[in-house]
Amino acid sequence: MQRGRSDVEELAEDESGEELLLSSDRSRQAHITSSSSAEASLRLAFAKFQSTVSAHSPMESNQAKPSLLASESDSQRTLSPYVTGTSVVALKYKDGILMAADMGGSYGSTLRYKSMSRMTPVGKHSLLGASGEISDFQEICKYLDELILHDSMWDDGNSLGPKEVHNYLTRVMYNRRNKFDPFWNSLVLGGVKKGEKYLGMVSMIGLSFVDDHVATGFGNHLARPILRDEWREDLSFEDGVKLLEKCMRVLLYRDRSAVNKLQIAKITEEGVTISQPYSLKTFWGFTAFNNPTAGAEGS
Amino acid sequence: MSRFSPYDNNGGSCVAIAGADYCVIASDTRMSTGYNILTRDHSKIYKLADKCILASSGFQADMKALQKLLAARHLIYQHQHNKQMSCPAMGQLLSNTLYYKRFFPYYTFNVLGGLDNEGKGCVYTYDAVGSYERVGYSAQGSGSVLIMPFLDNQLKSPSPLLLPAQDAVTPLSQSEAIDLVKTCFASATERDIHTGDNLEIVVLNAGGVHREFMPLRRD
Repeated sequence: MQRGRSDVEELAEDESGEELLLSSDRSRQAHITSSSSAEASLRLAFAKFQSTVSAHSPMESNQAKPSLLASESDSQRTLSPYVTGTSVVALKYKDGILMAADMGGSYGSTLRYKSMSRMTPVGKHSLLGASGEISDFQEICKYLDELILHDSMWDDGNSLGPKEVHNYLTRVMYNRRNKFDPFWNSLVLGGVKKGEKYLGMVSMIGLSFVDDHVATGFGNHLARPILRDEWREDLSFEDGVKLLEKCMRVLLYRDRSAVNKLQIAKITEEGVTISQPYSLKTFWGFTAFNNPTAGAEGS
Repeated sequence: MSRFSPYDNNGGSCVAIAGADYCVIASDTRMSTGYNILTRDHSKIYKLADKCILASSGFQADMKALQKLLAARHLIYQHQHNKQMSCPAMGQLLSNTLYYKRFFPYYTFNVLGGLDNEGKGCVYTYDAVGSYERVGYSAQGSGSVLIMPFLDNQLKSPSPLLLPAQDAVTPLSQSEAIDLVKTCFASATERDIHTGDNLEIVVLNAGGVHREFMPLRRD
């Protein structure tokens, strides 16, 4: 309402009668032509006052109905992500699943957080990795903790496997997209249960699939071609880690929001192990990295 | 700034051909988004009842939701009537289900193939909001614009304007129909980037359901 009042005051001072368009309601004023007569300027002022009142009254009465067309300022939905994590890369190997993610948390293009752990165990048999909005990921973790707790309270010796958790996540993500209130994430879910390896992905609109190797975001462009070339069914742990590191190094070179501090997580029949953060050895002397703007206009 | 869009098109093509005593339903197994291939081995074919098979393309999450919903409705039907739903009944149910979401549609393009109550092959083809038609053959999805005219050329179905109504089933034998489907997909894969990797063919006849695969171009 503060802005509304100042608009009116501004109008009261505006004696010239020059048309002054308010962004709040252009169409209403389009037909009012500018005139120097006092009557016209009064009419103009009144029209503007009306438009300011109508534009601000819903805010004042605080009863803005939640509709699909609600203005973005008073929305309670995620309309765009704030703090985001970049790619997650994961693959099946001989004994289970290996997953890698760096620890950056970007606020737009600002590297805001540098120790964001984006992989977490879920129950006894699953491992979840997330890219996208970090707060949404942490909310999803709360959902999963509750899910696992309620499942364990049956105390029937049964526990949710990766397939069940993946299906649950798919339903949650799809349900939220149906409400136009999405969790802004790409999730990777890996696990092993009863000797069966499982690796799947879910996107923020509920798109889901399983594969031998998956990657989110930039990883889809840069890591998956490498994985398609070099992935094998019987990859050893050492070779798996080497392959993931190769992918993460390419991402580090070409994805500006990637940082050189990453974790690799492993899940086997024995359970989840998430490595301590470490960095990759890099070499920035490639000719393509020297004077990268050479030839570009203005360089 | 990126705006939220609840839809995606994950591509893929579906074909169904009805014969006198069989029905062939086929689709590729590629799942893509934009220029990216997400996975090369994702089935778009879903068995709804003993004599009723659904092939769909479009948005994968909506496909999955639609399949789950129809499966649930079919389970209730079985409990109520102690029998499998017929293909014409499932055809109507699918139409109603799609139209129910007329103003926030399932972004799916479906063909339903099966055997009708006389054991004749039947194909129902749909748009995303539920308008549908029983035909002798149909193609849906990203490669449908390439496949459909080819099928028209090869199968020359009787005009639906003829009176009395002519039988829509194709004159082909089962093995001829399977070969035709393979040719369709081999050709569509050449020009449609969203179709490829593998072809899944499901054949339905009095003997039951039979599945086979054929590799397609992976580029």
